[in-house]
Amino acid sequence: MKITNKEVDYAARLARLELSAEEKEKYSAQLESILKYIDKLNELDTSGVKPTSHVMDIVNVWRKDISARSSEELVENILANAPERSGNFYKVKKIIE
Amino acid sequence: MDFETVIGLEVHAQLKTDSKIFCSCPTEFGKGENTNICPVCTGQPGVLPVLNEKAVEFIAKTGLALNCRVNTRSIFARKQYFYPDLPKNYQISQYELPVCESGFVDIKIDKETKRIRVHRIHLEEDAGKLLHAIGARELDHSLVDYNRTGVPLMEIVSEADMRSPEEAYQYLSALKNILEYLGVSDCDMEEGKFRCDANISLRPYGQKEFGTKAELKNMNTLKGVREALEHEVERQAEILSAGGKIIQETRLWDAGLGETRSMRVKEEAHDYRYFPEPDLVPIELDEKYVSAVKAGLPELPEARSNRFAAELGLSEYDASVLTSEKPLADYFEAALPEKDAAKLTANWVISELLGRLNASGTNINTSPVGPENLRGLLKLIQNGTISGKIAKTVFDDMFNTGKNAGTIVEEKGLTQISDEAALAKLCGEAIAETPKAVEEYRSGKERALGSLVGVVMKKTQGKANPGLVNKILKEKLS
Ligand SMILES: [Zn+2]
Repeated sequence: MKITNKEVDYAARLARLELSAEEKEKYSAQLESILKYIDKLNELDTSGVKPTSHVMDIVNVWRKDISARSSEELVENILANAPERSGNFYKVKKIIE
Repeated sequence: MDFETVIGLEVHAQLKTDSKIFCSCPTEFGKGENTNICPVCTGQPGVLPVLNEKAVEFIAKTGLALNCRVNTRSIFARKQYFYPDLPKNYQISQYELPVCESGFVDIKIDKETKRIRVHRIHLEEDAGKLLHAIGARELDHSLVDYNRTGVPLMEIVSEADMRSPEEAYQYLSALKNILEYLGVSDCDMEEGKFRCDANISLRPYGQKEFGTKAELKNMNTLKGVREALEHEVERQAEILSAGGKIIQETRLWDAGLGETRSMRVKEEAHDYRYFPEPDLVPIELDEKYVSAVKAGLPELPEARSNRFAAELGLSEYDASVLTSEKPLADYFEAALPEKDAAKLTANWVISELLGRLNASGTNINTSPVGPENLRGLLKLIQNGTISGKIAKTVFDDMFNTGKNAGTIVEEKGLTQISDEAALAKLCGEAIAETPKAVEEYRSGKERALGSLVGVVMKKTQGKANPGLVNKILKEKLS
């Protein structure tokens, strides 16, 4: 599959990445070789194989519905990771709806 | 030109669990912003979500109540987009293999039953809340509160089977009622626990293909959904009649202005790049699980309505009004003194109580007269302590003061006079004082007796036992 600059642009925009012209060239070539490698897998006959949604063969890992509030200290540690904060709020750039 | 309306609805109902869907944070309102948060729901690196078993049970219950197939196997998926209310930059939802598929809800339209198909029901996590202003003060930034992030939601997607805003309204009411009966959601629309997005398009009658649709959002009441749809039918019909084209877009309902407006169209189309969630293993619900959930289903609105009609002898109309909201049906059953008083109780609940609640802008949950109190009043009517007429003034007092019926009757001396000797004396007076009515009655005008009864009632401030007064007067005049 041929990866053009346009496709790299699109993927970068979705991932919020800003790429220079050189980077776009570089990544389109790299992505193309990665996809080519994956194409190799398509040569295998998988018609008899169930689609995998999870690598481990286990199901129904559930927890009881019991609530527990985080300690103030833990909340404080989480908020410390916010890019910016205002009181107990995360503070972000103005969102216009 | 006349057009056919086509509507499909997506409902997000918050599940009534104690903890969030993938972590133990409480779902109840936080003690301030960002207090119900933990490393899992704020998407810190290296954390592992674990599914709340109650959420599985609730969605299976809902699926069975909505006549769906509960899938043996279902999986979670990541829906990816950037928005500050979504700390992980993806929402855990379901895409392929939802928990429930292919159900239906029956609604009544013009006394006919119409079946609205349910396409699918899936589980997902809620996003956080964004604040753009504090009070009236507009901020130059936005604030994020993640308390709601990770609260379990169930998305119920209907087929595009509704053909009018009224059908959409009936479908939503029926759906909300069923969820309340199941106890899986509080369904409070104003609190955002029951949200509805509507897809609506028009097409010329007879055309098979759907027209271009608009998606409506931001309706906060059931009536608001109906109004928004009615407005949108008009807007689209106007454009199409003038030869114009509908633009596929999201429109926000403005309840204040009573109109929808276009949400600014985003540059790029949504590309969520769903893929199976590697942090969560599949859900497998075998026959044993499903039949256990089925066995635990409570009585649903339709069955309760049928029971009210069959066992209590209520009319189909009364039974369906009383079961249209679970709290109302619960109230009725708690207020019912005995089986024989069903009709009396139904009348009091439907006419007197609902009338007063509507007039005072409250509802059954906050009624100043509780079901035990109403039962007390009904008992006093039944055993003849007070007449039906006095009961209405007692009820007014109960509604205003919250006192119970017995206390009011005692305090105000409203006990019905059933003393025959006393009533006979008063009847004699009435006969002497109103010769005209006596003459009319004797000449065959049965209705003239009413004015004589009225005189006795006036003398007793309405406390005389009307049945007894009738009887005594008839005896005296025969
Ligand atoms: Zn959490």
